[in-house]
Amino acid sequence: MEYFLQQLINGVTLGSVYGLIAIGYTMVYGIIGMINFAHGDIFMVGAFVALISFILFALTGISLPIVLILVLLIAMVFTACYGWTVEKLAYKPLRKSFRLAPLISALGMSIVLQNYVQAAQGARIKTLQPVIQGGFNFFKESEFVVTLSYLQIFIVLVTIVLMAVFTLLITRTALGRAQRACEQDRTMTALMGINVDRTISTTFIIGSSLASVAGVMFVMYYGVIDFYIGFLAGIKAFTAAVLGGIGSIPGAMLGGLLIGLIETFWSGYISIEYKDIAAFTTLVVVLIFFPTGFLGKPDIEKV
Amino acid sequence: MGKDFIQKSLKDSLLTGIIALALFGPIVGLRTVAKNEVLVVEPKWFIVLLIVALCAVGRFFINIYSYKKEQRRGEASSLGKIIANFLDEKGAQIAIAAIAFSIIFPFMPFADRYWMDIAIMMLTYIMLGWGLNIVIGLAGLLDLGYVAFYAVGAYSYALFAIHFGWSFWVCLPIAGLFAGMFGILLGFPVLRLRGDYLAIVTLAFGEMIRILLLNWYELTKGPDGLTGIPRPSFFGLPFKRYPDEGVETFHTFFGLEYDPMQRIIFLYYLILVLALITNAFTIKIRRLPVGRAWEALREDEIACKSLGVNPRNTKLTAFAIGAMFGGFAGSFFATRQAFISPESFTFIESAIIVAIVVLGGMGSQTGVVLSTIFLIGLIEVFRDFESYRMVAFGGAMVLIMIFRPRGILAKRKPTITMGK
Repeated sequence: MEYFLQQLINGVTLGSVYGLIAIGYTMVYGIIGMINFAHGDIFMVGAFVALISFILFALTGISLPIVLILVLLIAMVFTACYGWTVEKLAYKPLRKSFRLAPLISALGMSIVLQNYVQAAQGARIKTLQPVIQGGFNFFKESEFVVTLSYLQIFIVLVTIVLMAVFTLLITRTALGRAQRACEQDRTMTALMGINVDRTISTTFIIGSSLASVAGVMFVMYYGVIDFYIGFLAGIKAFTAAVLGGIGSIPGAMLGGLLIGLIETFWSGYISIEYKDIAAFTTLVVVLIFFPTGFLGKPDIEKV
Repeated sequence: MGKDFIQKSLKDSLLTGIIALALFGPIVGLRTVAKNEVLVVEPKWFIVLLIVALCAVGRFFINIYSYKKEQRRGEASSLGKIIANFLDEKGAQIAIAAIAFSIIFPFMPFADRYWMDIAIMMLTYIMLGWGLNIVIGLAGLLDLGYVAFYAVGAYSYALFAIHFGWSFWVCLPIAGLFAGMFGILLGFPVLRLRGDYLAIVTLAFGEMIRILLLNWYELTKGPDGLTGIPRPSFFGLPFKRYPDEGVETFHTFFGLEYDPMQRIIFLYYLILVLALITNAFTIKIRRLPVGRAWEALREDEIACKSLGVNPRNTKLTAFAIGAMFGGFAGSFFATRQAFISPESFTFIESAIIVAIVVLGGMGSQTGVVLSTIFLIGLIEVFRDFESYRMVAFGGAMVLIMIFRPRGILAKRKPTITMGK
């Protein structure tokens, strides 16, 4: 029971990280119908920006809450630049091209980002000293002490706040309306006087900044990153997006939580070596039997 | 060129510079290095300034160039089109010349060990490209996990050869068969998925096989890999300087001096023949009903369904045959390296093979050869700059997609035409 509870806490934390990345996949897929392969690497860049800023702020001695807010903001701004640039360079020229072209271009961009970070920051893993320490302990008299760390509370809280803000953004503002209009019919939206290119750019900026928040959390939670983390996290987050129903933002969060839980329970109860297999199997099973996900719209084939 | 145009491009390049600063400032400018187990930041502002300046100036010249191009629009002719037309007219002669060149290549004066190794590597990729071309180019199924079949071929060859001591020529078909069976096994549930979903699922399968190879220690020795895979022999004659007692070797049989190059040259011809078989098979099968069904399915699945083509079985044959050739290439890889580990079968290999096929122009056999020479050549040229070479590789993928989205040889001749 105690062990189960601990896995549940860990799973929800991990799920928050995946959920935030998955939103980027889901939004981009919704609006231009492509899998943004480089999104996982954008997340990785976010984690690196966070790592660098944590190291720099450690020298200044600013108090912790301000550092956290600053690091989140810095990571969001700089990573958003990456998302914006990737879209401008690699996807925008291909918008009217044939189906596989953007996918290949995204694959190329993913290779570029990974190896660029490797070249600039070195191939070795980077370790960050714990930023937030301590937590609550439960069941102190039993054999297995359940820990809910402050860091985990922080991660889940930030995720909930961001989710709320971005859901409002999508459902209540002009920008969100423009995005949903682009999803339905881009030509018609352009005729209504909406700048489609700018809307798509904004989508990438939002997606990348959310991924960078996930990156900040990842580097704080695990404390170890390297240039390759984006690949696996990207696939898992994509699985989350599909599981929740691609195109749906609450679905992405839900899918993220589920993937986080599946992964932690799998490594907790079955086998830790094969924990990535759990995510992959989920992906395959979901795509085969359940391609619309929980909250997605069914895909109607038109002749 | 008006004054306000200059002003506008200057403003534009200034903006580019600012964005470049935001992009490269933190990641390139602040390098994290471990000092006494603690990470510290090492500033590298000079490089950042250099990159930013390059970006801004580059942007300015691109602006001017595209302005000039707009002035004289219409006369531009693309290199790819010229190559494609040329290959179209002289296709057969060029193919014969290329094959002839590759046959005499090992006896060229400059063909030393280094060049032979590159040639063998390129031919391996060409063979993989041709094998995957059946899946991507003909049947239109984007397979991002092709390396899984390469791995299955390599491991089944290695395991059979090590444990049973069977010769290369026995193990080769078995490895191909195994890989083909895996193709059917993996393909069966997933082939009804749409293009990009299929891509992700095949990617997942590829990674699953790699993780399995990494963790199934009893069978695969995990990350340590399999060593001591038997080298191929020349129809029973081994390439050894000091053979075991009573065993005739290649050089004694033919009365030659022992030279390690003999084995390399044999391997070269081996992969050349395997690759050419793949090519010949593809050219033939394109004209058969199943090959035509593949191409029809690629163009319009719904039309095919209504004309009575079974999409699942048709796709499955393409997947299995592609996988089989991947398995053949895998067993060649195993016997050439004499050592395999899961390291060799990462996702990046799949990406390289897919890039070869798509950048060459999907479905074009010549395109595969051209893009292999270009991409593998690119990786080789940048050999001394370890991580920059993959940056260049990825960049080339993006650039080719932007300028020639249908690949280098985009023009495709229909396999069958009406009348004439």
